[in-house]
Amino acid sequence: MTAKLAFPHPPARPDQSPDFSNIVVPLAGSLPVPPLDLEARDARPFAIGLIRVLDDEGRAVGPWADCIGDLSDDDLRLGLRDMLQMRAVDRRMLNAQRQGKTSFYLQCTGEEAIGCGFQRQLEKGDMNFPTYRQQTLLIAADYPLEALMGQLYSNDLDPLQGRQLPIMHSARDYGFFSISGNLGTQYVQAVGWAMACALRGNGKIAAGWIGDGATASNDFHSALLSASVYLPPVVLNVVNNQWAISTYTGVAVGKSETYAARALGYGIPALRVDGNDYLAVAAVSRWAIRRARQGHGPVLIEWFTYRAAAHSTSDDPSAYRPKDEARAWPLGDPVERLKAHLIRRGAWSEERHAQAEAEILDEVRTVQKAVETHGTFVDPKPISPAEIFRGVYADLPDHLRRQRQEMGF
Amino acid sequence: MARMTMIEALRSAMDVKLADDPSVIVFGEDVGYFGGVFRCTAGLQAAYGEERVFDTPINESAIVGMAVGMAAQGMRPCVEIQFADYVFPAYDQISQEAARLRHRSNGQFTCPLVVRMPTGGGIFGGQTHSQSPEALFTHVAGLKVVIPSNPYDAKGLLIAAIEDPDPVIFLEPKRLYNGPFNGDHSGKSTPWSAHPAGEVPEGHYAIPLGKAELRRAGRDVTVLAYGTMVHVAEAAVAEAGVDAEIIDLRSLLPLDLDTIRASVEKTGRCVVVHEATRTSGFGGELIAEVQEACFWHLRAPLIRIAGWDAPYPHAQEWDYFPSPARIARALRKVMEE
Repeated sequence: MTAKLAFPHPPARPDQSPDFSNIVVPLAGSLPVPPLDLEARDARPFAIGLIRVLDDEGRAVGPWADCIGDLSDDDLRLGLRDMLQMRAVDRRMLNAQRQGKTSFYLQCTGEEAIGCGFQRQLEKGDMNFPTYRQQTLLIAADYPLEALMGQLYSNDLDPLQGRQLPIMHSARDYGFFSISGNLGTQYVQAVGWAMACALRGNGKIAAGWIGDGATASNDFHSALLSASVYLPPVVLNVVNNQWAISTYTGVAVGKSETYAARALGYGIPALRVDGNDYLAVAAVSRWAIRRARQGHGPVLIEWFTYRAAAHSTSDDPSAYRPKDEARAWPLGDPVERLKAHLIRRGAWSEERHAQAEAEILDEVRTVQKAVETHGTFVDPKPISPAEIFRGVYADLPDHLRRQRQEMGF
Repeated sequence: MARMTMIEALRSAMDVKLADDPSVIVFGEDVGYFGGVFRCTAGLQAAYGEERVFDTPINESAIVGMAVGMAAQGMRPCVEIQFADYVFPAYDQISQEAARLRHRSNGQFTCPLVVRMPTGGGIFGGQTHSQSPEALFTHVAGLKVVIPSNPYDAKGLLIAAIEDPDPVIFLEPKRLYNGPFNGDHSGKSTPWSAHPAGEVPEGHYAIPLGKAELRRAGRDVTVLAYGTMVHVAEAAVAEAGVDAEIIDLRSLLPLDLDTIRASVEKTGRCVVVHEATRTSGFGGELIAEVQEACFWHLRAPLIRIAGWDAPYPHAQEWDYFPSPARIARALRKVMEE
């Protein structure tokens, strides 16, 4: 035998049929709820298993269902509404990009349950350190659509005054840290923020977010190690959507069993969760946030999902994966699954759903039209170029004053 | 007034700020219990507890990344990178995160952070204990870059840096930690106790960032220097016998262009000196600024004396480190023009 390199490949390419036969989907309700002070050495079943609440018939089953037994029909309808609004915004903004009204957009189709479900379990003052695919956190934090869309259009409603690429939101008052284009960096910053929470004794927590591909970045390790050393109140989320642009998740995970399993080596307990199951998201989020807030230290959650849409408006997934792969995804669609559950509960119907979808789309469209009157890429109402220089530093140093004057402002 | 080395002055600055501001926090590799490999944080953990002064894993990106997260919440981390040569794993966090946070969030989040790092050569440190990476930071909008040349400035500038609302890269010339160094490597060393700048107030004082200091007044030529090279330039001026004006920049970003301009307009000549490699070094920026601001006053081409464009060597230390003789030759040459 001689040494040979391994090069992981996705189960199917564009000319092939989708193949998810390698994915094991355990029965809903099969994993227990561990104690809040769960330690890494006892977390292995949770890190390699899959926590699921909604079964194939849309029933909420098992012990994790019990921990969110207090969620009312209204709470769950709100969750559905969050996801539908997210989907409507995605659809409208994708169109707006195609029409040249904004330069760039990223959808989160198929991943709506994760951010929407997590955010509704946070308290005011907690801080997310999101990636560019957690707009869901803003939607479920009731962030004004005017500000969200203003940022996407870089118009005068943009809280960031045109400085950032569309989708790189920042909303401190809504628990949403400034997004950076540099992957992974925010993961260790979340740990630092959580350390500050503990040092100040303010009772708040931080939540780090990262995708499966970006777990390969140095700062994933930096964050896990730091969290493991200092035990701050942080929830470290990995959104495993199977794809990093064109790169199959196997290239990032290597021979590790799961992303969650990685945390165990750092001494951080971890859970792997059905990311398309809104109830599982709500239950595990509540558990992890409570654990952090009560001082039991960090926890990592791998949200298992599928990136149903293109990576971005600059990407064409048909070049590297089967066109209908999303439809074959064994964990289904988060909106459809919560809808089925609500119908089974007698709290929803096909008619109400269709009506809600139409209403939400109409609301989003109305806001969008209003926001567009403040300027778009095809109909710009420019922000003052002097904005370039404001905020580089707290005060304007002489060299920037000279450059601003050179520009004519 | 007390007598302090640069090490003691830096420690005193952190001591003062830890005492008067509960949001100040100090951490880095070997910084806590042990007090730092250069003793700059000795005694601080014992005085303030490990929630204020603590050891970190050997991970520069984590040190700065954690600090960015803390600073964004309003704390004032003063972190240490053990050697400037090892800052590169943190370059992403410094240049893409700390430097931009205020701007990209339109002021929602800010980064009042100090990153201290021993810099410079002259200590047989070889490739990875001698570098001067300041130009990699002066090129980054949103950072401030500071480098003291003596204990008095070191304390006043570090206090100002910790109090600054924006991220500051604080470079400490380790060749100057225990005493001034003028390039004479024969073995004779002068302690700071024998130098006027070794007189350092015990309590709080700050030296504003962005202000240069005149080290020697002169009429013939302006020498722009910082860090160890301030002292080497003083020796070179004595050796060359020219009436040079030596400006210690202290802050590279923002730069005190007014002081530089006033001096060069008076002397008509300028020599720039730094330890860092020449090509695209900070000297290039200084020469460009002087040329733009003082063109009609210049009587000779601008000269820069810098480290050679090669990795910092070990055995050839004194052929690499800009020597008083090399600077003196440049001073005589610029006077001949």
